[in-house]
Amino acid sequence: MSFSDLHLCLLFSSALFCVGLIGVLARSNTILVLLGVELMLNAANINFIAFWRFGPTPEPATGVMFVLFAIAVAAAEAAVGLALVIAIYRHKKNIRLQEANTLKG
Amino acid sequence: MNVAFFIIALGTLATAAVAMSLRNLIHSALLLIGSWAGIAAFYLWAGAEFVAFGQVLVYVGAVSMVVLFAVLLTRHSRDDSGFEPDSIGRAVSALIVGGTVLGVLVGAVLSTPLKSATEVPAAVQVRSLGLQLMGPHAAALLVVGVVLTVALIGAVVIASPDRPADRKEEP
Repeated sequence: MSFSDLHLCLLFSSALFCVGLIGVLARSNTILVLLGVELMLNAANINFIAFWRFGPTPEPATGVMFVLFAIAVAAAEAAVGLALVIAIYRHKKNIRLQEANTLKG
Repeated sequence: MNVAFFIIALGTLATAAVAMSLRNLIHSALLLIGSWAGIAAFYLWAGAEFVAFGQVLVYVGAVSMVVLFAVLLTRHSRDDSGFEPDSIGRAVSALIVGGTVLGVLVGAVLSTPLKSATEVPAAVQVRSLGLQLMGPHAAALLVVGVVLTVALIGAVVIASPDRPADRKEEP
């Protein structure tokens, strides 16, 4: 059994998603956790492009539109997330996730 | 054709994995920028040129700068490259969870019969992209513009230091 290109792209994006997930779960540095989330978002974008390019009914440019909007929202998310990291650093002088527990019940 | 895909995929995955396991935060950030460039190469391979250039502009150009500035602004000293190592238990449990998710995803992908397109779709012209953005998706484009503006202003407000005027020092 041979895999189609669509299978290969989906496997690639699954692996990338899991690398990001492991980074998010394993690291305690807030910046690295944010970067792991970015990797997971990028894996989702790869899926959009793969289905647009290799899908059974290639719609004109629908997947490209979706990825463009996703990239724009991800850029906003990265900016706000890193601003939050800097704000936390200003208060705690540290960016370990375990230190930012003021709201912990 | 597939050789290029394997090279791109292996390079992207390797840089991402190494970036997530390194101690030095700056090395991690630089490797992740390489990984985003690899994803842009994948978009080029898949025929989505406009998305590839958007990825390069947004991620490799802009987000990477923000990340590097955040890394540099949150360091204690010049030699403060990283952290004390994260706990082994957390790493092991994260690997177990990630491996399980990867197994589930790979099993689901491999057991699904996916119909592929028989013919290669025509390349998307930038002109048609612009017409679609300004026509059917004009409302979404405006909303994304508002979201970006609000998010960036909010980021500046969150990250800016407390101004002396707020402390009511002057009578």
